[in-house]
Amino acid sequence: MSEATQTHPEYNYDIVRKFAIMAVIWGIVGMGVGVLLAAQLIWPALNFDTPWLTFSRLRPLHTNAVIFAFGGCSLFATSYYVVQRTSQVRLFSDKLANFTFWGWQAVIVGAVATLPFGITGGKEYAELEWPIDILITLVWVAYLINFFGTMIIRRVSHIYVANWFFGAFIVTVAVLHIGNSLAVPVSLTKSYSIYGGAVDAMMQWWYGHNAVGFFLTAGFLGMMYYFVPKQAERPVYSYRLSVIHFWALVSLYIWAGPHHLHYTALPDWTQSVGMVMSVVLFVPSWGGMINGIMTLSGAWHKLRSDPILRFLIVSLSFYGMSTFEGPMMAIKTVNALSHYTDWTIGHVHSGALGWVAMVSIGSIYHLIPVLFNKQSMYSIKLVNVHFWLATIGVVIYIVAMWISGVMQGLMWRAVNADGTLTYSFVESLEASMPYYFMRFVGGVFVVVGMVIMAYNVYKTITMKESTADSAADENNAQAQPA
Amino acid sequence: MSSFWSIWISVISLGSLVGCYFLLRWCLANKTGVEEGDDMHHEFDGIIEINNGLPKWWTYMFYMVLVWALLYFLLYPGLGNFPGILGWKSSHQDIRSLAESKAAMAAARENGEIVQYDRELEFAAEKFDPVFAAIAAKPIEELLQDEEALKVGQRLFLQNCSMCHGSDARGATGFPNLTDDDWLYGGSFEKIKETLHLGRQGQMPGWLDAMGEKGIEEVVEYTLSLSGRSVNQQLADKGQARFAMCAACHGQDGKGNQQLGAPNLTDIIWLYGGSKRAVTETLNYGRNGVMPAFDERLGEEKIHVVSAYVYSLSHK
Repeated sequence: MSEATQTHPEYNYDIVRKFAIMAVIWGIVGMGVGVLLAAQLIWPALNFDTPWLTFSRLRPLHTNAVIFAFGGCSLFATSYYVVQRTSQVRLFSDKLANFTFWGWQAVIVGAVATLPFGITGGKEYAELEWPIDILITLVWVAYLINFFGTMIIRRVSHIYVANWFFGAFIVTVAVLHIGNSLAVPVSLTKSYSIYGGAVDAMMQWWYGHNAVGFFLTAGFLGMMYYFVPKQAERPVYSYRLSVIHFWALVSLYIWAGPHHLHYTALPDWTQSVGMVMSVVLFVPSWGGMINGIMTLSGAWHKLRSDPILRFLIVSLSFYGMSTFEGPMMAIKTVNALSHYTDWTIGHVHSGALGWVAMVSIGSIYHLIPVLFNKQSMYSIKLVNVHFWLATIGVVIYIVAMWISGVMQGLMWRAVNADGTLTYSFVESLEASMPYYFMRFVGGVFVVVGMVIMAYNVYKTITMKESTADSAADENNAQAQPA
Repeated sequence: MSSFWSIWISVISLGSLVGCYFLLRWCLANKTGVEEGDDMHHEFDGIIEINNGLPKWWTYMFYMVLVWALLYFLLYPGLGNFPGILGWKSSHQDIRSLAESKAAMAAARENGEIVQYDRELEFAAEKFDPVFAAIAAKPIEELLQDEEALKVGQRLFLQNCSMCHGSDARGATGFPNLTDDDWLYGGSFEKIKETLHLGRQGQMPGWLDAMGEKGIEEVVEYTLSLSGRSVNQQLADKGQARFAMCAACHGQDGKGNQQLGAPNLTDIIWLYGGSKRAVTETLNYGRNGVMPAFDERLGEEKIHVVSAYVYSLSHK
């Protein structure tokens, strides 16, 4: 990697380092809690009869930790890095950057200190209570000013496509967070949403699906647009494809929320609009995947020797798969089977683990040596081990959830000749147990991979040699066949 | 909704789709000023972008979903108040009671509307009602001998009753065990059916204000003595004097009253727990037991079959 030998005193790498390290740490925490929850579904005694260890309290902690702590830190790290390097200018404000770091960590600690104790606003992915919501808003506005400020003072004429996506993500998440979290506080730890009934549900899923669309998709596409061409050392496949898929993606995603509320009290017209836009959204989503994967044309052989590139490309494959699956599940008749089953959980994780986590992991492996001025990661072999653990873990996870989800859907709707339902709920739960175990195993694979990553990152940062002839690099000189 | 919002929704929904179409045309036409396959002449940290065209298959797919989207909006409700030319509805979304629902169903059938929920109900009624009616026509004596019919009753029980009474019907704190032969409101087949049809409300008032803590303590002792527990006899004797209040419902002998749903206090079955603490709690604050009425939800035929199952549990 050529960057490693250059130093860029004009860039603020300190903030990128902090966020990148925290992304790894929060990744282990968030995914670790996920594995505990998966285990609790098989062995309920693992909540130790302790209220704050019960599934209901830890589940929002898991989602907040992986989305906002792990995903959020990855996005902060990569966006601050990418916007500086592609604008060829130092961050607009180091002070604001530090405020976003410490503020964001405070938000996460706030989540850990409230959610397990049952302090919650009760909205999925927006559980945090109003004082933390206000802090999130402050941090986010600082982030917005800093990011756009840096773009405004850029030293290049155009704005790179990665920054379009990061920019859309930052602006939209601000609107979503403020819109959905509006609430009337009754005490320091309790507030009530200003919306009611079906309107509240619609606001929640307008937010909820766009947390997926903008936080977990647009932001990470920004990451993809920098780290894929950089790691592959190839030009971006098609500028025009990036134009159309960007604008189509951001204008269609914002409509997709109602597909979470099919066959509910939501008016029919709203359900239809949500479904239609979700299906159309499939095409621009694939535009991003095509542009990423085709960027590799002429460099396919690199996949054989570079596990970091493999992380990035496999993440795009999972992205393509889950953006095909999502629109299908948004169709009312499919949704009638899939909704409320484990299929949804599987879909979310093929996106969250397959796409979001793998593209983040790949990008962080690219970043760490650059940030700490090393030749490369301490051990490429361990990156390769991590790659296989992550890939196999995710596949086990989503296959288990597909089977149990479709099975649950079919069991719930099965009727006897006399018109009574064939199965009671608990029978479908009993039938799901083997798949819950499979899912647990998949989760363990993923977490073990993350622990290996943490070790590798630690060794990279602390290794003394930073020149090509170091001992560690002898390992790395050998190409690692897949 | 008002016609303003209806137009607003239609304009921005269609606008998004039409916008996508024009954007697609614009990108296909290559208005970038750079020749196809050439690079865009800007470089970002070493990354360049090629001005490649859009993949053909992907472009066709885009056209196809856009056409499909417009068709869907034409056929189904979506564009504000426009109901779609099929006249399809998922259900009668503005009804507020079962009576309103039935009236709306009848009206929709008359007008030939396609209401998905109604159609599914009609389909189910046509297919399953005759089969079920044959089972439900049997008297209790016959049902008790009919393995298959009892299984139907069990499934109804599991789907409607088990969340309170448990999958094994053995109840839980506050929810009676249905497998023993101890009944709050009577265990005859007819009484069980009555309970299901009309529901029950078991109300025990709280006595803390009237009796004071001391008084409660005495009555608790006496109550526990009724089922042969060893108690502080002195307190229990005082409690017996106060028990007149309780006797109004539970009877002078404490054996309860099925007319009122007042439990028998002389056996060892306790709906809300028989520990001293639980009984004190019951006396202090009272209890409110609610069994919902299933008359509207299940109807006579299903109640008949599920009652037979419940009856069979204590009449093996």
